Amino acid sequence: MAPLIEVRNLVYRYEDGAVALNGVNFRLDAGESVALLGANGSGKTTFVLHLNGLLGAEGGDDRGSVVVCGMPVSKRNLVAVRRKIGMVFQDSESQLFMPTVLEDVTFGPLNLGFAPVEAEERARAALDRVGMAGATGRAPYHLSAGEKKRVAIAGILAMDPEILVLDEPTTFLDPPGQRALADLLQDLPQAKILVTHDTSFARSICTRAVFFQQGTIQASGSIEDIVDRFEWDFTPARTNPGR
Amino acid sequence: MHRSDPRAKIVALLVFLVVLTTSRRDLLLIALGLGGYLCFTILWSRLPLIGALGRAAVVLPFSIAFALVCWMSGDPAKGVHLAAKSYLSALAVLLVVSTTPLPTLMRGLEALGAPRFLLMVGQFLYRYLFVISEEGQHMAKAAQSRGATAAGIVGQTARFRAAAGALAVLFARSYGRAAEIHRAMLARGFQGHFETATALRFRKADLGLAIGGSLAPVVLRVAVERWF
Amino acid sequence: MDVLAAPVVIGIARQAQRRFDDARAPLLGVMGAFVFAAQMINFPAGLGTSAHLLGGALLAYTLGAPAATVVMSAIIAIQALVFQDGGVLVLGANILNMAVVGVWAGYLPFRFAGATRWRNLAIFSGGALSVLVSAICALAELRVSGVPSKALGVSAVVFLISAPLEGAITLAVIKALEAIQPGFVRQPEPGRRLHASLLAIGLAAIFLAAVGVLFSSAAPDGIEKLGLVSGIAARARVLLATPFSGYETAFLGAPWMRKASAGLAGLALIYGACLAIGRVARKRSV
Repeated sequence: MAPLIEVRNLVYRYEDGAVALNGVNFRLDAGESVALLGANGSGKTTFVLHLNGLLGAEGGDDRGSVVVCGMPVSKRNLVAVRRKIGMVFQDSESQLFMPTVLEDVTFGPLNLGFAPVEAEERARAALDRVGMAGATGRAPYHLSAGEKKRVAIAGILAMDPEILVLDEPTTFLDPPGQRALADLLQDLPQAKILVTHDTSFARSICTRAVFFQQGTIQASGSIEDIVDRFEWDFTPARTNPGR
Repeated sequence: MHRSDPRAKIVALLVFLVVLTTSRRDLLLIALGLGGYLCFTILWSRLPLIGALGRAAVVLPFSIAFALVCWMSGDPAKGVHLAAKSYLSALAVLLVVSTTPLPTLMRGLEALGAPRFLLMVGQFLYRYLFVISEEGQHMAKAAQSRGATAAGIVGQTARFRAAAGALAVLFARSYGRAAEIHRAMLARGFQGHFETATALRFRKADLGLAIGGSLAPVVLRVAVERWF
Repeated sequence: MDVLAAPVVIGIARQAQRRFDDARAPLLGVMGAFVFAAQMINFPAGLGTSAHLLGGALLAYTLGAPAATVVMSAIIAIQALVFQDGGVLVLGANILNMAVVGVWAGYLPFRFAGATRWRNLAIFSGGALSVLVSAICALAELRVSGVPSKALGVSAVVFLISAPLEGAITLAVIKALEAIQPGFVRQPEPGRRLHASLLAIGLAAIFLAAVGVLFSSAAPDGIEKLGLVSGIAARARVLLATPFSGYETAFLGAPWMRKASAGLAGLALIYGACLAIGRVARKRSV
């Protein structure tokens, strides 16, 4: 079966010439949940921003290729790509930028061209899905961190994506909030990419993991393997008997 | 009142303000009448009357200062007029703003023809006002603790610089947040302009409010001017 | 006052709609929130007092003058409507004074000297001018509407103190910003000299007119002579009187209203003339 995401040899340089991504290969199949692990600055977030064209959409000769749901990510099909792959960012405060919860969740469907009435229906259904149906008229500023994260996810679900990407979702969440989020994510059928430092959270959601270091994927395998191999402080284990 | 169409409220408010500003004869009586009308509407909207009267008093220090000087310069009437007008206009605006959530108010203004872009700027401003103010408070405390405790010019200069540094950091953070917001917008399919959400519905009750609310101040003023 | 400031505000609105695309709304809104928040940070101003940033000049140097005008307008509107701080009745006048005249007056020194070795002085004087010029315009409008000079005298002193403070604060913050990230502060554009000179002339004219009005208390006839010469005041009286029969004509007949329309009509004339000249000049230079 065709992969949902296929990345080949992705390269990205900052303006000052420093290399951020140095030939990344990656694949995501339907229904999979993959964790992207690695230290700060290792390239995880930069990589993920390429998946929906926030970076790298201009293309170029040696940049490598990113194909999402059969579509090569380029300037011409950004909206189509962004319909398929929904991204939840680390700071929900910047993600929920509309005055009320309902208006915010309606934002996505409206952009995709749905009529206002249908967009609102989708929004309400999505809010219901994440358990925030009663919050439609509330201002995002007054929600708790966990509630904000749910509404942010609803904003993506309302667009009916096939892939969910979450960048450090457990930042700002206390343990109960993290558990609630894990429960919600486990329940969603979409394929997931989880960028995180929180290995126990990753373990509860993902089956597979890749390890980023200095702009490349150093290792890929089952979540248990990767977490054990690279230890909690993300350095390769000094002694690795039998591996 | 709370659920009325914002356009009706805005129209009634505008009429009220025009009637108020253009009054010159018998101003005090008209002001009393209009004030009573406002108090009645406040109570009818189930808002706390004393609280509303107090909040509108924010405008008073400025206008009372001018009123005092006008009085001392021999034209007390002008000062009193100024104070009365500014207080009543603040109270009227407070009434509308307290019975209409700001986003709804913005939609009403847009439906009445106000320019979209300005309203969007206002909407984002209000949305992030408290967020950034909180960050500002943290920065203010940090600046205070980092500022020197030395007395005199040396200490003052150091504190001045610390404050400037804090402001610069707040600026950078706000700018960064704007970039994050833009990124989040793009990730959800934003293509260059904000789409309109569901339209407001204007009902018969709203028309009644618009007409009634507009006629009341006009009738009041004409009555006062004719009979006094 | 609102009636006469309205065309300018509508002008800003239309220009804003045309020049800015929607994607910039979040940035302008967020920076407006920043200015609100910035008021919490106190700058020691000597003798136990403290001042805070007002923001017009800073916004102009970082976002550009047109964006600064939009942001300041939004700030003034939200302050008046949501916090009842600043008066709804004078909203139009406040926007005219602070968001338009103040911002552009503050921008001009930077525009002309921002790339030279006088940069710091330009930034300082820009900050000071943004406060000073908007203050003088406000005081002039009050004078024209009949508030006696003594009241204005006290306010003038306050503004004379806060103007250099704003200059100092603006300069300090700009310097701190450049230390964090030089890209935040704009480079004044070298081209389009002609347009800027005309703007300078226009602003100078407004400024002088305002100062003239302030000091004309001794010679009220000057204003009326201006009104007669332009002839606009007389026509305005007739035009505005017709929709309101009966009791409304009284309000326009009042002497202060006549002065107001004359003085501001004069300003409007100068402004309009500058716009017209600017447009013609731009067509020629293109």
